[in-house]
Amino acid sequence: MNSPTYNYLDGNAAAGELSKIFAPDVTTAKGQCAHCGAIKRFAEAHLYMQGPGVVARCAACEHVLLRLVNIRNRMFLDVSGMTYICLDRSPLEESRS
Amino acid sequence: MWRVATVVTLHDETATARTITLEVQDWPGHVAGQHVDVRLTASDRYSAVRSYSIASAPNSRSRIELTVERLPNGEVSPYLTQEVAIGDRLEVRGPVGGWFVWRAEQTEPIQLVAGGSGIVPLMAMIRSRAAAVSTAPFRLLYSVRDPGAIFYRDELRALSDNRDSASVTFAYTRTIPRDWPRPPGRIDATLVAETAWPSVIVPTCYVCGPTSFVESVTNLLSASGNQREKIKTERFGSTGEHT
Repeated sequence: MNSPTYNYLDGNAAAGELSKIFAPDVTTAKGQCAHCGAIKRFAEAHLYMQGPGVVARCAACEHVLLRLVNIRNRMFLDVSGMTYICLDRSPLEESRS
Repeated sequence: MWRVATVVTLHDETATARTITLEVQDWPGHVAGQHVDVRLTASDRYSAVRSYSIASAPNSRSRIELTVERLPNGEVSPYLTQEVAIGDRLEVRGPVGGWFVWRAEQTEPIQLVAGGSGIVPLMAMIRSRAAAVSTAPFRLLYSVRDPGAIFYRDELRALSDNRDSASVTFAYTRTIPRDWPRPPGRIDATLVAETAWPSVIVPTCYVCGPTSFVESVTNLLSASGNQREKIKTERFGSTGEHT
């Protein structure tokens, strides 16, 4: 089901914001939607950036996957909308070396 | 991590868009299709961050090009397209985004579809292909309002004149050049059927433009038989921080 309004971007657009938290690129990681079970790359999620933070929704069912909010000197991250995130190992190991 | 970037050249692409070349301190290199976040900080410490796609091919130097379109009510783009001067310093974070990218190792046919300033990351792919002397077959379908709105005009024209290179098709939505065969209009199923790679050869598709454009083109590509997994998208819009 597609969102009726065109006010979202792709998960790609959160790459800069997420790089503040995660060393590897999370936008290429696969994640499973806790609501419908769809497994997609985070880059394919629908991204809403109008509010005080970033909300990523499942491209299949529009359930909230991730919320990231900056409030003064704190960042709040909620990933309860995903049952898991699967990162490729090679970039992880490269970033450690 | 923010890096200091110095403006080294400025070039107007159209009446409302400008290419800015930045020399970035300790630039780690990028892959075609990636973007950077640009931060501007005013003297009162107020700062604004925007995402811009990199237009230049990866190279061994620490220089990147961004092409910025001026938005009517923009906070950052009017500054970057009108006021910024050579020698000015900005801050840059990135490169970021590893999904909407083309790597020189890819040999499959590539279908690029751009709407307006959505050409920018696709141009990085076209330039990267040329720099890597890749023979991956590229096709570009580029939708613009009118002929004056085309970015990288001479470079794209040279490409379409060179038969070994990427092929380029323009689609005009408002005003067409004289003697242009197709009336003004959005990209439709007929144009996709006539100019895009047929889905049977399984191209990887990259679609970049405003959200409504990406939505419509993705549906057309799917309807013509392309698997959704082979269509990578990058939407942009005047929504929130990133424009």
